[in-house]
Amino acid sequence: MGDVLVFAEHQGGHFPKTTLVAIHAGLELAKKRGGNAIAVVAGDAPEGAAGEIAKYGVSKVIALAHPALKNYLADAHAQALAALAKKTGAEFLLATATAMGKDLFPRLAARLGAPMASEITAISDDHTFVRPTYAGNVMATVELDGPIKVLTVRGTAYDAAKPGDALAPVEKQDAEIDTASLKMEFVSFNATKNDRPQLTEARIIVSGGRGLKSGENFKTVLEPLVDEMGAAMGASRAAVDAGFVPNDLQVGQTGKVVAPELYIAVGISGAIQHLAGMKDSKVICAINKDEEAPIFAVADYGLVADLFKAVPEMAEEVKKLKHS
Amino acid sequence: MKILVPVKRVPDPATTIRVLPDGSGIATDNVKWVINPFCEIAIEEALRIKEKQTGEVVLVSVGQTNWQEQLRTGLAMGADRAILVKTDAPLDSLAIAGILAKIAGDEKPDLIILGKQAIDDDANQIGQMLAEMLGWPQATFASKIEIGADKTTVVREVDGGLETIAFKLPAVITTDLRLNEPRYASLPGIMKARKKEMKEIAADSLGLDLAPKLKVKTMAAPPKRQAGRKVASVQELVAVLHTEAKVI
Repeated sequence: MGDVLVFAEHQGGHFPKTTLVAIHAGLELAKKRGGNAIAVVAGDAPEGAAGEIAKYGVSKVIALAHPALKNYLADAHAQALAALAKKTGAEFLLATATAMGKDLFPRLAARLGAPMASEITAISDDHTFVRPTYAGNVMATVELDGPIKVLTVRGTAYDAAKPGDALAPVEKQDAEIDTASLKMEFVSFNATKNDRPQLTEARIIVSGGRGLKSGENFKTVLEPLVDEMGAAMGASRAAVDAGFVPNDLQVGQTGKVVAPELYIAVGISGAIQHLAGMKDSKVICAINKDEEAPIFAVADYGLVADLFKAVPEMAEEVKKLKHS
Repeated sequence: MKILVPVKRVPDPATTIRVLPDGSGIATDNVKWVINPFCEIAIEEALRIKEKQTGEVVLVSVGQTNWQEQLRTGLAMGADRAILVKTDAPLDSLAIAGILAKIAGDEKPDLIILGKQAIDDDANQIGQMLAEMLGWPQATFASKIEIGADKTTVVREVDGGLETIAFKLPAVITTDLRLNEPRYASLPGIMKARKKEMKEIAADSLGLDLAPKLKVKTMAAPPKRQAGRKVASVQELVAVLHTEAKVI
């Protein structure tokens, strides 16, 4: 009892920062509960990736292998993890609330008949957790009751776990999956072309809103500043809905939640749904021509200006600074 | 095709939410109640599928008597009938998914479409739990649904791009923002909705264990972020980010 199984999501053997956040939260929870944090890497041949996550402080890594785990599909993964949870007698199952974590963990919880708290941001004690609700306007403290508890952690709630010198043992296990019961089929993945840092990994994010007026302006006005700063590019829902940029750039309640060191909001008014996705950023800076825009209420530094003039000027200034 | 659409009543997303001083919940005076925006998208998608292939769209809610208002709005949009599973008790996601699974067992829909999350508790759990309880495929965060003669294909909004999966019906699909633009209820629609069937079932009568395994203990406002200051120029902005905030 007391062990924490951390689902270590990987992208072709690489672990994004969001996975290391789950490892960190898992280590903290295991310590509070007096149990072990065990990482689980699933795939058709997960041993290589499992070796990689072994240096992040966990007690053990389980490489959960099965041909049906080659591509991520909720039904096969839920079966495999539920069977493993029962076999190991773990008390907690934990993942980061990425698109995959959000898709998989409720299904897993239902399979285990276990309660689930989504996107926790703090661990109060071994069965009490804090999670944001109402677009981050209410922090709810929830209590989970049962021998198994299922959790996802918000990707900004903890720092990434740090690698150490010690390597945890890797144990390969064949996943228990009733392949005859599987009903989902992976067809394709169409990756958004993006040479910039990921939103959930970036130190600096420059986001654009409806004020940019067109997808073309994102390219010609915003992107030079984004690239001059080595930043990731984000967007408000309004900009995504208008088709200016792809959906996976959306920051907000129902998009990505980010907390970079610097968040620059350009032409974004600051609806509560957008603020829900970025208000934990360390420094927030806003450029907007409307001085009444709600974004200024959360911005550390606000500039009331026409973005079409200010943004190219800012790119120039940043360039000068880099060369000084 | 018969489509079941679970619907939730939530505060209007434009409402400013305030926590009660004793932390027992949110202040509900002056709150305008609406259909959860993602549920509205689900109703719209169900109606579009029905319009293409004929069939029936059945709404279902698990809540108090006043949830009828939102079900009635859904009927005015064009849904055929509604079921309200009545309860005053606070239920957790497992209990609600269990109730919906029971209703699905009775109604035998070909498809269940629902919102990916409710904008009040932001849990994003019901569709996935329901799919598991029924042993059905799930397609969450759908931005495109194509129902073929043999297979249904769904494009999903996931990290880093768009994923396409396929399966045979019955299935559970949860809606993302870009799936469609929901219609408004028309005046004739509103008139017609008054006569449509609204069946009430007591949650207690279903013979399910509804005791919550997740309980909300307290609610609190998050720490407030202080507004900073305005700067006069781009030059000043870059200078303060460099020397004061030390982030560039």
